[in-house]
Amino acid sequence: MANQPLTNKGMGFIIGASSVGTLIEWYDFYIFGMLATIISKQFFPEDSGTSALLSTLAIFAAGFIVRPFGALVFGRLGDLIGRKYTFLLTLVLMGGSTFAIGLVPGFQTIGWAAPILVLILRLVQGLALGGEYGGAATYVAEHAPAHRRGFWTSWIQTTATLGLFLALGIIILIRQSQGVETFTSEWGGWRYPFWISLLLVIVSIVIRMRMSESPLFAKVKAEGKISKNPLKESFGHRSNFKMVLLALFGAVMGQGVIWYTGQFYAQSFIENVCKVNFIDSRNIILIAILFATPFFVIFGSLSDRVGRKWIMMLGMILGIISYRPIYKTFLEWTKPANKTELVNLTETKASPAVAAIDAKDQTKVLLTVKYDTVYTDGAVYTHSKTDTLHLASPLKASVANASFIMPGGDTITSHIKTAKDVVLPEGIQYASVSSHSAKPGVVLEKSLDKGTFWGMVLLVFVQILYVTMVYGPIAAFLVELFPTKIRYTSMSLPYHIGNGVFGGLVPFLGTLIVEFTKTDTNPAGDPLAGLWYPIGVAILSLIIGVVYLQNKIDENVMD
Amino acid sequence: MNALKRLLGFVWMALAPLLVAFMFWQAADKISKASEATKSNITLQWAIILFIFIPVCIGLMIFGYYSVKGLYDHLPESSAEITD
Repeated sequence: MANQPLTNKGMGFIIGASSVGTLIEWYDFYIFGMLATIISKQFFPEDSGTSALLSTLAIFAAGFIVRPFGALVFGRLGDLIGRKYTFLLTLVLMGGSTFAIGLVPGFQTIGWAAPILVLILRLVQGLALGGEYGGAATYVAEHAPAHRRGFWTSWIQTTATLGLFLALGIIILIRQSQGVETFTSEWGGWRYPFWISLLLVIVSIVIRMRMSESPLFAKVKAEGKISKNPLKESFGHRSNFKMVLLALFGAVMGQGVIWYTGQFYAQSFIENVCKVNFIDSRNIILIAILFATPFFVIFGSLSDRVGRKWIMMLGMILGIISYRPIYKTFLEWTKPANKTELVNLTETKASPAVAAIDAKDQTKVLLTVKYDTVYTDGAVYTHSKTDTLHLASPLKASVANASFIMPGGDTITSHIKTAKDVVLPEGIQYASVSSHSAKPGVVLEKSLDKGTFWGMVLLVFVQILYVTMVYGPIAAFLVELFPTKIRYTSMSLPYHIGNGVFGGLVPFLGTLIVEFTKTDTNPAGDPLAGLWYPIGVAILSLIIGVVYLQNKIDENVMD
Repeated sequence: MNALKRLLGFVWMALAPLLVAFMFWQAADKISKASEATKSNITLQWAIILFIFIPVCIGLMIFGYYSVKGLYDHLPESSAEITD
């Protein structure tokens, strides 16, 4: 039984059962990151230093410390008791903690218990993710025939990207159907993606319960050859530890930065640097993912014929060469100076101003004015200018409109913003403004024209194509490096350091490098400078990979 | 190729402490420039980064050392070779 090759149908079930669980774990991990702004508002109030510390711990520690730690804990467990029960356990932990995050009341309701609970649950998520991937990849690889190992394991590789797709899709769907205000309220729609996780996890657990143990692990166990101390054998024995280091520096480190740049840095850059609006920036990523995902399987399958090494190296080379031109193009395409404004001024529209009265101090009002600039290509750039006004006497929300007499004598009329469903009677209340903010906050949001939108989809697609080149074959590559009895432990740690640490730091270090370039004459700095981090790490990994790695496919992973 | 592997080993051994020194310099710089309100938070961020990066840099140094010693001249063909 142990060494009998499986039929395509049998492999299909194994892939499906393994992949669904892994996909859900990625989904669970991503939704927290994608909803970080709302979570921060609900659980980590801005005006508290302690809360900011807890927030930092939740974001940084979960990815950078707990993920590799989870790789060690569950990797060891997987090599001691088996793959099946270990990745069942990681799934239960991940699903349970995700669902529980959706149930924690906000800071307003339960105070400090809220951020502490969320922090603990987020750390459990990081721990579980650290154990999941190695188990699923090992499990599938240990079932797959040698000549198709790249092909079959590449299905597992699609899950990280599809998990992102699922998370993005569900969040956009709920946000669009509810509206922003309801979505972001304490018990609003942002919690639904967390609750949906429970359903997905239950289905996945039922499927995984029907799976049998990996035949290779079962064989090793039956022969009494299970490792007594997987951690010591993986990292304490020089002959294996040198392979762990080679896997990390020669492949996974470069793969991690290519992956995070192509999917996460791209979205962040498009939204925060190019100022493309929430929906457009996410739709760009969603569509690019949809078209690029099949290439994980294509490159995984190709690696069975030409070897793993050069496909991964090519992905790194292409990223190194093209990242700066691609991101420069993003900037050029969205720069107002490169567009022609419609001369017909009726097309440049100002929305009515909105005044929000401060709940505690009714002499303080936030006045927001929005105006759209329309361009000949169809793009619309919306500027929201928010000014803090200090009034001579308190303003009351007794009528629908207010007219503010500014210190210079100008008058601005606005709607008064009220709580949802409250309708004020018509009328104008006059107020004299004693002073207003020296620098009003200006937010720019760009709705793209069709040409730019699809151009950006293409450029993100190209970057995800690089991701598929480095990530598609890597499960098979890692599995083939290590012996069965310590495989789970040995491959999990470099994978999670490469992805969680090197990849996960792309946004943070990217921002830090941009800070270096800020000068008095150029206070904004060089927005492309942040790319030097992924490019530098990819170059280092490429050199090590090219010089040290073999392009050999290991036919026998049964030893 | 083996000569190149050994030669590059010296580069990795030198690069690792340089990276650690650079990270410490950056941490000290950013923490010293932080406002009172954000200082503890920025200190925590950098403490986490240093905590995880120092072992990784030690790993890079060991990788360089193994390269210089010729441990990567021949990569194992089977798991039987991964025993010591």
